[in-house]
Order: sequence, then structure tokens, then C-alpha cells
Amino acid sequence: MGKITNNLVQIEEGIKFIPGASAFVAPLNKLINWGRAGSIWPATFGLACCAIEMMAAGASTNDLDRFGIIFRASPRQADCLILAGTITKKMAPIVRRVYDQMPEPRYVIAMGSCACTGGLFDTYAVVQGADEFLPVDVYIPGCPPRPEALLEGLMKLQEKIMQEQGRWSQFA
Amino acid sequence: MEPIRIAAQLQEKFPNSILGITEHRGQVTTSVARTPIVEMVRFLKTDHKMNHLNCLCGVDNLHRKAHFLERFEVVYQLYSIENRTLLRLKAQVPEADPSIDSISTLWTGANWLEREAYDLFGLVFNNHPNLKRILTPEDWEGHPLRKDYALKGDQEWSGFEQLKEKAAQLKQFEF
Repeated sequence: MGKITNNLVQIEEGIKFIPGASAFVAPLNKLINWGRAGSIWPATFGLACCAIEMMAAGASTNDLDRFGIIFRASPRQADCLILAGTITKKMAPIVRRVYDQMPEPRYVIAMGSCACTGGLFDTYAVVQGADEFLPVDVYIPGCPPRPEALLEGLMKLQEKIMQEQGRWSQFA
Repeated sequence: MEPIRIAAQLQEKFPNSILGITEHRGQVTTSVARTPIVEMVRFLKTDHKMNHLNCLCGVDNLHRKAHFLERFEVVYQLYSIENRTLLRLKAQVPEADPSIDSISTLWTGANWLEREAYDLFGLVFNNHPNLKRILTPEDWEGHPLRKDYALKGDQEWSGFEQLKEKAAQLKQFEF
């Protein structure tokens, strides 16, 4: 018979891990939020030059993988849509379709001036801010934002996810 | 052969179609009438080995004045990879009938360049195999690079209006 111990390991505020049992003790709300915030999987979707910075953020120096942020090549496996670049009106329906294919819960990050407000392209062809047709969670300013700025935006999204209450499913 | 001499030979061959030859910083520009543009370009391509179509684009001269200048121009940048000479042809296209013959029989690559000029300037290329919009959506109204086209456009594109309606409808299903 094994020895019964009571040494829970606190891995996050209010979330405890029982070693050997592979079990967590936490309020469900907190546990779900912790799981979601620690595994933001963005869809690989670049629109313009900001996508280069997004790739740099995912590559070795900055390395998004250490936050559990892994780029997925399909919107059906993704939780987060990073709008990296200028959204033209011709592209907007496709962006919306990618978003519609993502399963809930899903988050949108508008990366860079263009995705936030249209940027310097105040013209006939460019959408003046992604929030005209998408619910945006985090806005990252910059032209383009450095990888550090994208990291901070993702940290803000994690903070936002951690504050959610009772957002378990569409029917709960 | 010098580009200016090529232009002179072009003028010998097509005396009625050459409107003017200018040289600026070693670049020769030949203003030509829109007919017979295919024969002129073919002459340069075969007899002077201008085998590379560097660029083909439209120009709107709405606010420019010159004695032979029409509202629109189609600019052909021809380059000879073998002889390393560059020659620019500017074909004058009037506003009343903005059409010119297609050179997509000479270069297949001219196909998309002419579609771009059609899309953004409304220039019609006769005998083009597939003359439809290439950059703007298919149901776009107007030709955005014309000088009298407002920067923000005259009206919202219908496809984007539909998208905004759809986004408003789908909002109730977010959780």
C-alpha cells in the first residue's frame, strides 16, 4: 500500500496539483481559464507586413511556444485569430470566414495600426479597423509592432481569459 | 544599338504613328498613337530584340496639358535582355473611346498587366482573352486610379455592406 500524503503543489494562484494522482484541485472556472490561457493556439494567418513580425515572434529568439502559443494551420484547431496586417475590403469576407470556422471560445487580436484602425490607408480599398466586422479582444498599436509588443498583447489576452466568469460552453 | 536610334527607326517604319521622341537622363520615351500598337511592339520585339516586357501600365492625364496628350496613356516598358537597351512607348488613348489593342499575343504576361490597367483605369484592351477585373472585387464599381475617383470612393462596396450585416446577425450567437 502506498503512503497517503497531503503535499499539494500550488502551480498557480488557487490551482493545486496532486502529484502522483495526475489531478488538479481548483474551482472549475479557474481551472478552465488557466487551461485556456496557457494554450492559446492562433491560426496561421498573415495579411501583410505585420505577419513578418508575427513570424519573428514565433521563431527562436522570442519563441511563443514557451507560453503554450502554437500556430495551427487550420482555423478549426485554433482559438485565436491574430489579424496581422492590412485588411482590404476584398479580403474582409475571407477573414470573417476564417473566424466563423474557429470553434468557441475564440479570441481576436488586431495587430498593428492597419488592423486596429486602417492605419495610413484611409482609402476606398481598406477596412477602417477590424472591429467593423469582428469582435476584437486586444488591440496592439505599432507599424508594425515589434515581437515584444505582440508578446505583451498575448499576455493581455491571457489576463483577459483569466478574468472570465462561467464561460464554459455556449449552453451552460 | 542606342535606344534613340531604335526610336528613330520606329519612326521611319511608322511615320504617322509617332507623336514625339524625348530623351531624359538617358531614357528614351516615344509617344505613339494607339494604332497600330501591336505592329509597332512586334517590330521592336522581332527586329530590335526587345524581348522583355518590363512593365505595362496605365496613366491618367486628367490635370496634365500638352499638345498631343490625351486623357489616358498606356505605357510599355520594353527591354532587350540581349542588347541591354530600354525603350518606353506611351500610347495615347482618348477619353471618349478608352480602348487599345491587346499585346497579349506577343507576351502572355501582358494578360494580367492589361487586366490591371482595365481594372484601375477602365482602359479596354481589344482582343484580350480574359478582360475582367484582377485586383478589385468582381462587382466593384468605378476605376480607382482615375484622377476623378474619390480617395474613399463614391459609395461603399456592396460586398462589404453585406459582410457588416452578416457580422451583426452572427453577433447573437457569440457566447
